[in-house]
Amino acid sequence: MNAASFSALAEFLHARSGIVLTPDKAYLVETRLAPLMRREGCADLGALVAKVKAALSGPIADEVVELMTTNETLFFRDGKPFEHLRQQVLPKLAAARGPRGVIRVWSAACSTGQEAFSVAMTALEIAPALAGCRVEILGTDLSREVLRRAETGRFSQFEVQRGLPITMLTKYFRKDGSEWVVKDEVRALVSFREWNLLRPPQPLGRFDVVLLRNVLIYFDQPTKTRVLENVASVLAKDGVLYLGGAETVLGISSRFAPLDGARSAYALV
Amino acid sequence: MKTVLVVDDSRIVRKVARRILEGLGFAVDEAENGAEALAACRSRLPDGILLDWNMPVMNGIEFLHALRSEFGLGEPRVVFCTTESELDAIQRAIEGGANEYIMKPFDAEIIESKFQQVGLL
Ligand SMILES: C[S@@+](CC[C@H](N)C(=O)[O-])C[C@H]1O[C@@H](n2cnc3c(N)ncnc32)[C@H](O)[C@@H]1O
Repeated sequence: MNAASFSALAEFLHARSGIVLTPDKAYLVETRLAPLMRREGCADLGALVAKVKAALSGPIADEVVELMTTNETLFFRDGKPFEHLRQQVLPKLAAARGPRGVIRVWSAACSTGQEAFSVAMTALEIAPALAGCRVEILGTDLSREVLRRAETGRFSQFEVQRGLPITMLTKYFRKDGSEWVVKDEVRALVSFREWNLLRPPQPLGRFDVVLLRNVLIYFDQPTKTRVLENVASVLAKDGVLYLGGAETVLGISSRFAPLDGARSAYALV
Repeated sequence: MKTVLVVDDSRIVRKVARRILEGLGFAVDEAENGAEALAACRSRLPDGILLDWNMPVMNGIEFLHALRSEFGLGEPRVVFCTTESELDAIQRAIEGGANEYIMKPFDAEIIESKFQQVGLL
């Protein structure tokens, strides 16, 4: 692979998404972009990069960014944050917002929706403790492809067997052919929207809980700082931020401090 | 070391499951049907059971009922692992005392996720 084309691609990807493409990821470029290159009749990466540069906000450029995202996700990933939400955070916020109140949750890089639907099921499990306070979940991602899938609420047999307890499957899904579809009561709590985390999130409104999990790992330090700053600007004073198991705010943002006794959970300082 | 009894009439499935479970740190025993499995449990109760549904002699759900009535509800942890994937089959298994349920085909990741779910990992 041509080094100049690779670095041109990396630069474009970083500017658009914050995602860092190091040279050891060259294999990823090949496997992920090959079908697009074939379809577009590009002889090599250089030809594709030329097309991207010719129309930076065109559909091919968008597609390249989407293809370079990693969308790996599962239901109730890491378990702990959902326990923490169920036992502490949601009941506490419900008490603070009151019976006519709303708790707004942002699944900030939601991929195919498992995280957002996991929060919805968590809220339904403790509905009595929420005493009439509503929970609204917004799932966002920059990839339109994953959002299209999230919107359907439809999952393969393989996907519903990763992280989802069987009793949750029988309670909150119906079977349709060989696939499983979230029931309306779950789907109704969640909406999805295309959103790039690099943008100031004010148009999305304020949030009481933000899940920003397994996405900072793809960014460089300045981008991490910027995205955390963005999140801080829309998080309620008594709100909670969850990061992925391998992520931290330490040394990256001074706006958050770890919550006592809960791994990966942070509050505004 | 925790023990898992793999109950399936297919030698290939038992072999694949054994390899995955051993990789997760379990000591694995095998049985070809529910009757063999019940005999194995009477001589030594495992921590977990990976249980097929459709088997000759005694099927999975009959075995589960026998197991729970003889040894009580809590232990061992039972994870069904079957091609039965309709809601009513799953519900029957849970009502019969299964702790988790795998719809075949399975892979290492699903086995690991389900054995975590039932608290054996
Ligand atoms: C590995 S998934 C994480 C999914 C889920 N949060 C979880 O923890 O399982 C990362 C997601 O981040 C999205 N992403 C990457 N860069 C982004 C950006 N700048 N803005 C919005 N989403 C982004 C990708 O499209 C991908 O779906």
